[in-house]
Amino acid sequence: MTAYKALDVQNVAKNFGGVRALTDVTLAMAPGERLVLLGPNGAGKTTLFHSISGNIIASAGRISLFGQDITQLAPDARARLGLARTFQITNLFRQLTVFQNLQLAVCGAQQVTFKFIRPMTQYADVRERAEALLAEWNLVDVADTIVQNLSYGEQRQIEVVMALAGNPKILLLGEPTSGLSPAETHRVAAMVRALPRDMTILMIEHDMDVAFEIADRIAVMHQGRIIAEGDEATIRGNKQVSDIYLGVE
Amino acid sequence: MARIPLFIALAAVVFVALPFVVPSYYVGLTTKILIFALFAMSLDLLIGYTGLASLGHAAFFGISAYTIAVLSVKLRMSEWIAFPAGLTMAIALGAVFALLALRARGSYLLMITLALAQVVWGIAFGWRTMTGGDDGLPGLRRPAFVSDETSFYFLVLGLVAASTVVLVALIRSPFGLALQGIRESESRMQALGFNVWRHQFVAFVIAAAFAGLAGALYVYYNRFVSPDFLHVVRSAEVLIMVIIGGVGTLLGPAIGAAAIILFEDIISSQTQHWLLALGIIYVATTLFAPRGLIGLYRERFMARRKP
Amino acid sequence: MIWVIHTLNGISFGMLLFLLAAGLSLIYGLMKILNLTHGSYYLIGAYVGSTIIAKTGSFALALIVAPLVVALLGAVMERYFLRRFHLQELPQTLLTFGFLFIFADLMLWIWGGDPIVLPKPAAFSGSISIGDARYPTYRLALIAVGLIVALILWWFQERTRLGAMLRAGVDDAEIAGALGIDVSLLFTLVFAVGALLAALGGVLGGPIIGAQPGADFEVMLLAFVVVIVGGLGSLRGALIGGLLVGLLDNFGKIFFPELALFTIFVPMAIILSFRPTGLFGRL
Repeated sequence: MTAYKALDVQNVAKNFGGVRALTDVTLAMAPGERLVLLGPNGAGKTTLFHSISGNIIASAGRISLFGQDITQLAPDARARLGLARTFQITNLFRQLTVFQNLQLAVCGAQQVTFKFIRPMTQYADVRERAEALLAEWNLVDVADTIVQNLSYGEQRQIEVVMALAGNPKILLLGEPTSGLSPAETHRVAAMVRALPRDMTILMIEHDMDVAFEIADRIAVMHQGRIIAEGDEATIRGNKQVSDIYLGVE
Repeated sequence: MARIPLFIALAAVVFVALPFVVPSYYVGLTTKILIFALFAMSLDLLIGYTGLASLGHAAFFGISAYTIAVLSVKLRMSEWIAFPAGLTMAIALGAVFALLALRARGSYLLMITLALAQVVWGIAFGWRTMTGGDDGLPGLRRPAFVSDETSFYFLVLGLVAASTVVLVALIRSPFGLALQGIRESESRMQALGFNVWRHQFVAFVIAAAFAGLAGALYVYYNRFVSPDFLHVVRSAEVLIMVIIGGVGTLLGPAIGAAAIILFEDIISSQTQHWLLALGIIYVATTLFAPRGLIGLYRERFMARRKP
Repeated sequence: MIWVIHTLNGISFGMLLFLLAAGLSLIYGLMKILNLTHGSYYLIGAYVGSTIIAKTGSFALALIVAPLVVALLGAVMERYFLRRFHLQELPQTLLTFGFLFIFADLMLWIWGGDPIVLPKPAAFSGSISIGDARYPTYRLALIAVGLIVALILWWFQERTRLGAMLRAGVDDAEIAGALGIDVSLLFTLVFAVGALLAALGGVLGGPIIGAQPGADFEVMLLAFVVVIVGGLGSLRGALIGGLLVGLLDNFGKIFFPELALFTIFVPMAIILSFRPTGLFGRL
């Protein structure tokens, strides 16, 4: 091993009262790898996702990010270490403008916090990065629009842009195509594929086509465990996986 | 937006000329309005910008007042000690409230802030030997350099204006934007790398500090402190000023303060039933104008904002 | 022996607090409304009860009629005002806040500022011997009533279908409708029952605490402290919390007459530090 794994999940378990949501989950990602988590509802994908993002703290096991133990860290601490995430249900600052949303994302990334005196406009680094994001993602026209007034598809897009604002080392995408039309889904998949190759990406997806299109590797979960792992061919050939998905899209 | 500096200049002229133009009763009333405008703006920072609904804001207002009164009247300390001490107590109480209340959200937060404030009131009410209990503490003297109505007015005007400048700067700063982000979505802010709790704590303490400043000015205005300074009704009055003026607009609550103070002035000269009037204002505002006066203005005159 | 007396005082007061907290929790558990007029319902119950006793001489009548009157008041408040802001916390809080002041003023107007103490019912106006002291039977009856109400509420919550729904905190019209329940009626009913419990506490507490301006705020504070300590939405929490706060308040007044509220503050602060949702609370 010459370098740390980007993400190292070891024997992670999570219990809610008497319910075992995750049992002995082990998973590793190399830097730049694209891994997709598949599995039916209730398989534990979201629980695992949240254990990595920090919204849930694992009951047992160890999670590390580029060698650093993050198992007990709060979500904001993990974000400061280079982890970014999107939310399955769009979670933007609805009463603020697109530009303000991006400014906050950049402030978080650049850790421009607890600055009380000078107005926001005077922070050139933040402003320039936010403006660059607007230009890069074709959002200049809606910069001053209140997020609440945007279409669902536009909001989903900004959801991803927010996560990219700080050039994260690892990006967690939570069902980014949920609720989108086929055309929009295609656009999002293309966008994800076009992301810098050094960015490690972990994604939850329901749409199998999107999953196979984007993933270097796929992990299938069932009842709180990972039951299959590998590339597209391996997964397609796995009998257990096809049993679970029989009749289910 | 070039209207704003003009508006400020106009307001400045009006406020500075006031004591030379109107009878001293109205100077006193305007002083009171300025004090409560500050009080209301401090609450708006908490409710409107940070999204923390606190029902116990009068606690900070009152503890500052009581500290000053006790130190000045009972212990005969100079205002140069009492005044900062009052502010310090307000900040300290703000920190205590924040530590306890920020463990909760939503209805729990409302309940906890209300309960904590009532406990403080109960202490002021019950601790007769220190606070004078129900009778309060009379006999506070204004410092010599502001012993007349007009100079006291200018002191208040100066301090409130300065505070407003600070609050506006705060809103416009990265910290202010972060507070609004927290109001909109705590989880999103966390995911972006912000320590949400710390931000809320600081906001709480700052709001308490300005409320304490308002309380300090009010106790010198009144020359008297009583448990009323801390009562739920006082918290309710400042809350309705914020609501009527418009939550999250900072200056709206200042206007709301003027409206409520003027209304109270009129009502209490006619009848004893201020509490009934306040209750009716609450119900009416909730039913008919939940966005407050600024909200009504925006709906009427600025409907073209939406693309 | 004196400590037994004080403990019984604390427990009997705790039962009153339980009645209040139970009503508050019930309303919150189903409708997510934090009812700031709960203390008002208590006081209105006490005042109305006092008027009924003054006019008819019957405590029993007051005990039945006053809570019903207040229940009706609660039903009206829910149906015509709170209903409009379903699940909107701030407007609901503002509304109940507004009514708190309206009620306070009206009560002062109607019944005046002098404290009114309700006369005890003849059957319980005596006292019995406990050791070498005499203890009023009324307070013992109060404890008994509190326990009976607790049992009724517990039975209702655990053994009936409606209770199961309330426990689950179901406020989804569709689900409730599928179970054949008229949600609109349920909300009004639950709110009315909460108000009824508060008023019942008012009448029962009348002979001990009395009725006076400001009691609504005091009682509201205590009810809040009980649910903060015991947990919102929990019947067990209301009972245990009620007893705890009742005892603390009582002993606090004995040891620290000037700072009684401080003895309540301490457990509240402790609970908030370690279990923000209360001993038995569920958010």
